[in-house]
Amino acid sequence: MKLFKQDYHRIAGLSALMLISALLFLFMDIQGSLSYALPRRFWMLMTIMIVGISSGIATLLFHTITHNRILTPAVMGFESLYILIKTALVFWLGSSFNWFGSTILKFAVESSIMLGFVLMLYRGLFQKTEDLHRLLLIGIIFGVLFASISTLLQRILEPAEFDILQGRLFAKLTLPDPSLILLCLGLMSVLIGITWRQRYLFDVIALGRTQALSLGIDHSKAVTKILILVSVFVAISTALIGPLTFLGFLAATLAYQLTHNHKHYLLIPMAGLLGCIFLVAGQVILEHLMGMAGALTIVIEFIGGILFLTLLMKKGRL
Amino acid sequence: MQYLIREKMPFLLSCIALLLLACGSLAVGSYSIGFDNLTTSKGLDLFEVSRLPRTLALILCGASLSVSGLIMQMLTQNHFVEPSTAGSMQSAALGMLGITLLWPEAPILFKMGFISLASLAGTLVFLSILSRLSLKTALIVPLIGIMFGAVISALTTFIAIHFDLLQSLSAWTSGDFSGVLKGRYETLWIVAVVTVFAFIVADRFTLVGMGKSFATNLGVNYKRTMFIGVLMVAIVSGIVVATVGILPFLGLIVPNIIRRLRGDNVRHNLPWIALLGAGLVLLCDLIGRLILYPFELPLGTILGVIGAAIFLYVLIRGPSEVI
Amino acid sequence: MIEVQNLSKSYQGNNVLENINVKFERGGITAIVGGNGAGKSTLLSIISQLEEADTGHVLFDGQNIGSISRELLAKHLSILRQDNHLVGRLTVRDLVSFGRYPYSKGRLTQEDQNHVDTALRFLDLESLQHRYLDALSGGQRQRAFVAMVMCQDTDYVLLDEPLNNLDMKHSVAMMKMIRRLADEQNRTVLIVIHDINFAAAYADRILALKQGKLICHDCPKTIMNSETLELIFDTPVKVEEHDGRPLAVYYR
Repeated sequence: MKLFKQDYHRIAGLSALMLISALLFLFMDIQGSLSYALPRRFWMLMTIMIVGISSGIATLLFHTITHNRILTPAVMGFESLYILIKTALVFWLGSSFNWFGSTILKFAVESSIMLGFVLMLYRGLFQKTEDLHRLLLIGIIFGVLFASISTLLQRILEPAEFDILQGRLFAKLTLPDPSLILLCLGLMSVLIGITWRQRYLFDVIALGRTQALSLGIDHSKAVTKILILVSVFVAISTALIGPLTFLGFLAATLAYQLTHNHKHYLLIPMAGLLGCIFLVAGQVILEHLMGMAGALTIVIEFIGGILFLTLLMKKGRL
Repeated sequence: MQYLIREKMPFLLSCIALLLLACGSLAVGSYSIGFDNLTTSKGLDLFEVSRLPRTLALILCGASLSVSGLIMQMLTQNHFVEPSTAGSMQSAALGMLGITLLWPEAPILFKMGFISLASLAGTLVFLSILSRLSLKTALIVPLIGIMFGAVISALTTFIAIHFDLLQSLSAWTSGDFSGVLKGRYETLWIVAVVTVFAFIVADRFTLVGMGKSFATNLGVNYKRTMFIGVLMVAIVSGIVVATVGILPFLGLIVPNIIRRLRGDNVRHNLPWIALLGAGLVLLCDLIGRLILYPFELPLGTILGVIGAAIFLYVLIRGPSEVI
Repeated sequence: MIEVQNLSKSYQGNNVLENINVKFERGGITAIVGGNGAGKSTLLSIISQLEEADTGHVLFDGQNIGSISRELLAKHLSILRQDNHLVGRLTVRDLVSFGRYPYSKGRLTQEDQNHVDTALRFLDLESLQHRYLDALSGGQRQRAFVAMVMCQDTDYVLLDEPLNNLDMKHSVAMMKMIRRLADEQNRTVLIVIHDINFAAAYADRILALKQGKLICHDCPKTIMNSETLELIFDTPVKVEEHDGRPLAVYYR
């Protein structure tokens, strides 16, 4: 019973850490006019918090349906798929197509197409393929394929542009359109609400297909539901800053380490908080202490990649 | 005689096909070159400075990378390992960044040597990770290799950001042959030598692939042969990355296609692999040059699409005994 | 009552089950026996709707089981298979509480808690209830899973090889517990089991399958003779009397 309390204490502690990092992010080393810098920092903070929370929870849910802790939506190519869809739409509609001035419409179309593809490509894969390694490899190569096609399309769009590859190498922290941030914030809140309501269902699904079926859950319906949630979470984070393969993996993996009791009412806030902290605290440290403002995402890829590699080596299956 | 025709005919025909592709590669470009103006000084100049080097470079890279892939597959006894799924190419790119930062004016051969050494180090680290793996399934080997490559790439990108070299890095690694000119590709002949050497020692790699005790029992020095194999792959990866950039999946798909068509005999497959590798690269390059004429799409990107698609096909549809 | 009618199932051209017709009456323990690949687990999986049959159907109290919603079925029939490796960290009590999910959807009432307590007591897990499953031995973990199934409070309990990975002592304890489940709680238990002697000693009926075909479905006394057993298992078996019970001897 004591251990349960410890879990609550840890969530409280992480929340405090989150708050401190957010304050530092907003006010540390502020120069020049406050009225210029502060709103910019505020929107940036909102953006990376949304991305952190979305990636953390998306990965957690993905682990729950796939019944293992190695596969993540990003590693399985979801983010590359979203970027491919974005690029393909520009390719066919032309870059001058302005979606009737509506960011919401654009995002809605992009994420619906993504949803369709995810359900089409991955649903069967998860239910048929038992072999984790094959699944993982297929996912990774899907990701490479999507990314290569995106690059190809971008090249065809702008043949004279030579640094397109850059966008593929890592995500950049540039400030998105505030209306997109607000849209993502609203959407994420709805998704979190749905996720929270289903927290007990997720606990049962985590027991595995057989046990979930025996306990009266329509497993394939639940898988579809979770894949939809995951896809939209991924669409949100990718739309805001781009592909971040290992952020969700880092957040979820650490959430399991820090939580004694692996029930979703503890894991969901834990993964969300950790995703947030990695980005906010990481950016504070890199920008203000190391003077490398642009390197955050690549540092996360590096550390996350090493952790992923170690886990993959240590446990043949998870 | 009939036997000869049956055995050699397909290979001869394929050689002719490769020749035709090469002629196509020589003929395509923004300045049209035909037999009529090859005799003019401008035509000849262009031919000698740009077209011929490019076509030769393509053939050399295609053949040598495919053979390197086969060598790696023999050494690790795994059909999915090749220089870009074992960290060799990514390490070469890191080495290239390193030498550019440390000694940018270094003589070309020194640079190539340094980059190959980096590739060698990376490949050896990958192999030592593999030997420490508790559960070695056929698929975890390329998985670890791909992840290892991703980690090295992240490190490379990080350093590039720090020194503000990101632009150059993406230009180097894109697998672009448009910059191949006379005087900038000649080191690739070293790669050709390595490939020919592979033909000579191929049988030993097969034995080494059977395992340490097996090879030693048949009088093959396991460690030395293993090292020579890895060294050859590293030299090829290093020089190719330094000259044109990363060409993904080539060493994976070509040997696997040939294996499917012709079975598992390495010695008989080698010429086919070299031939198909060269042909595939020539073809992809031609496609890249023609789609958006007069603009070009880099070969690395086209190979990424085609290679990933074929790899996926093998993974999903392939018979299980192949995997 | 569960009624299986004309059931067939094949995987990639291999007939795993061929035209099975059988009735399972309420009450008692039925042991399903047979050699490797006889179709035992598949039969259990189809009855519990984990897999679909190619032809034929399963009737549950006269109603086609496929037409009963999963939610409702979970209150009448539960299954425990062998492949239950857990990825997360849970306490014994957490796991057992999942048995109440069909009733309370995770928000446990006092009544649910009482059920959990009863199940924990029944399986002698009270002292372990706050321990994490990954810190338990195989036998203890197995008991926790059985407690969860018991907590589900269903008339029918299907267990797929519950003795897998259990040593002699724990196997006997598990079988005694299953016997009590049938006797004291009036559950109908179907178990897949390898050891014919365990089946004969504890089950009320034995159902034998061989290469997907039903060989016999009868009380242990009728089945425990060397002729029938040799037909089922394809290996020489002698049956001897021990303490007034038949005992199959097949080790040499």
